[in-house]
Amino acid sequence: MYEQDDLVYDSRRPIAPYAHTRPTTERPWVKWLLIGIAMAFMLAVLVLPLVLVFTEAFRKGADAYFAAFTDAQSLAAIRLTLLVAAIAVPLNLVFGIAAAWCVAKYEFPGKTFLTTLIDLPFSVSPVVSGMVYVLLFGAQSFLHPFLRANNIEIIFAVPGIVLATIFVTFPFIARELIPLMQDQGNGDEEAALSLGATGWQTFWRVTLPNIKWGLLYGVLLCNARAMGEFGAVSVVSGHIRGKTTTMPLDIEILYNEYNFAAAFAVASLLAMLALVTLLVKTILEFRYGDELAGTRRH
Amino acid sequence: MKTTARLLAIGALFASVALTGVVTARAADQTLLNVSYDPTRELYAAYNVAFAKHWNETTGNNVTIEQSHGGSGKQAQSVIDGLQADVVTLALEGDINAIAEKAGLFNTDWRGEFANNSTPYTSTIVFLVRKGNPKGISDWGDLIKDGVEVITPNPKTSGGARWNYLAAWAWSNKANGGDEAKNIEFVKELFAHVPVLDTGARGSTVTFAQKELGDVLLAWENEAFLVLDEFGADNFDVVYPPSSILAEPPVAVVDKNAEAHGTVELATEYLNYLYSAEGQTIAAANHYRPSNPDIVTDKALLDAFPKIDLISIDDPLFGGWKTAQPKHFGDGGIFDQIFAPQG
Repeated sequence: MYEQDDLVYDSRRPIAPYAHTRPTTERPWVKWLLIGIAMAFMLAVLVLPLVLVFTEAFRKGADAYFAAFTDAQSLAAIRLTLLVAAIAVPLNLVFGIAAAWCVAKYEFPGKTFLTTLIDLPFSVSPVVSGMVYVLLFGAQSFLHPFLRANNIEIIFAVPGIVLATIFVTFPFIARELIPLMQDQGNGDEEAALSLGATGWQTFWRVTLPNIKWGLLYGVLLCNARAMGEFGAVSVVSGHIRGKTTTMPLDIEILYNEYNFAAAFAVASLLAMLALVTLLVKTILEFRYGDELAGTRRH
Repeated sequence: MKTTARLLAIGALFASVALTGVVTARAADQTLLNVSYDPTRELYAAYNVAFAKHWNETTGNNVTIEQSHGGSGKQAQSVIDGLQADVVTLALEGDINAIAEKAGLFNTDWRGEFANNSTPYTSTIVFLVRKGNPKGISDWGDLIKDGVEVITPNPKTSGGARWNYLAAWAWSNKANGGDEAKNIEFVKELFAHVPVLDTGARGSTVTFAQKELGDVLLAWENEAFLVLDEFGADNFDVVYPPSSILAEPPVAVVDKNAEAHGTVELATEYLNYLYSAEGQTIAAANHYRPSNPDIVTDKALLDAFPKIDLISIDDPLFGGWKTAQPKHFGDGGIFDQIFAPQG
């Protein structure tokens, strides 16, 4: 590549042609300073808190740690979190593919508007997302007499939590697929159709295999957020213990009850989920980097 | 194009099926939802066990009591927005009034429904200091001494913090012979000594006990004793000022909700039983002052409550919550005028 000399800056040396570092290469000390700052920042802001979660969780020993998971209310919170993710993620999977398909494969009026709308949950504060549902389905809303008459509970019950979670995790899969599908174009599908495949056959045998890794990646992110969402869920939950508290809300309650070991034990479970997600994501990127190319762009 | 349309249709179908599936019908089993404020967690955890036993013994039925805790004002708003509370047990009369006025879920004369203005237990505000009381804090005036850092939540968001503020005001009023300008000066000085203003009582307690900030925590009496239990009595002392405020956290049946759930009788008995010997004893054991101390079975519990001079919110100095709330804590009220956010 280039000579060792290129990387050493010496002010006493006369400036000879090519002797100086290239304009596109920083001085070494700049490079190491930048790397150092980035590393220190990551250590302080990401790694240290993560380590603390686990040390706090085990502060009172392994027994206290595992006791946290036998508590009926924490178990209920874990169950509810899994239920919410099990409903929200498949729904967003279907929506995400449909939306990405629309945006990537067709031209239609209002396409830019649709793309912007998909991003809305990213730009709106989760608290606002929750409040919107309270306004829409709460006791002061115009829908309430109808809901009440039909004995349908949405806010302060499981459906409200599911709705809020869907809203917040809405864009993850669509945002993952849109650039990927745009990159791939319509060629494969057109070939399949012209060879006599039906719409469904084309989808299952051509489109889906093309996008599967990007899709899996989107599902992972969507799932992590669905389980970890706090703000929007907090607004619509009503905080009924053992009934409408998800894991993040349970952590807050335990912390407020001075039950720090249990709070951090449940927190460590959530953190582990994040780590596993990250691990799977890294493996996917490593093995199927090419097919994920579209995802690197944003 | 066809495929997209089908996909969308299937997605919509999936969505509606999934949602219908989770719309849960209320079980035939009797459940009761008690929506309460933050510091009562331990009280109701103990009381609910006792009440379920009592209800089973007298009626033969089983009852599951569900609890929701949070800041008193926030909880009231949730009930207004449709949280299906059968009973509310909140920190302030004003929060329960808000439910009656804004949502019309029960009559505005709810205070007459149960004994003692629907207040089964009372509490007061005390000082929690570091062990040995190194800053020598014994009365409200000591809070504004140089170098004393006071921890209290924000009166705009916390019920407990309003009692803190009013207790300080009452002391100043007595010390300064009723000079309102000096009272304002005192509370202003007091909040200048507050380094962190949390939104709720629990947040402040964690700030003081766990994060070890500040020299004195203005706390609910029960909250102060809870800290001794949870964080060890070797680290803190409870200091009773000679005078403080009489905090009356009231209770009410949310009539419209209880009627819809068929739990009126259960809800009424749930609150009534708070006044029984067992209910009052549980309140005392959790450091709430029983409204009827004579029937408390374990008299030793009563010795933990020193007799101090307690002023009521209905005293002419405050003129009840309906007057005190807008004057002190409303938008542009005295608190807004004296408190300048730092930074």
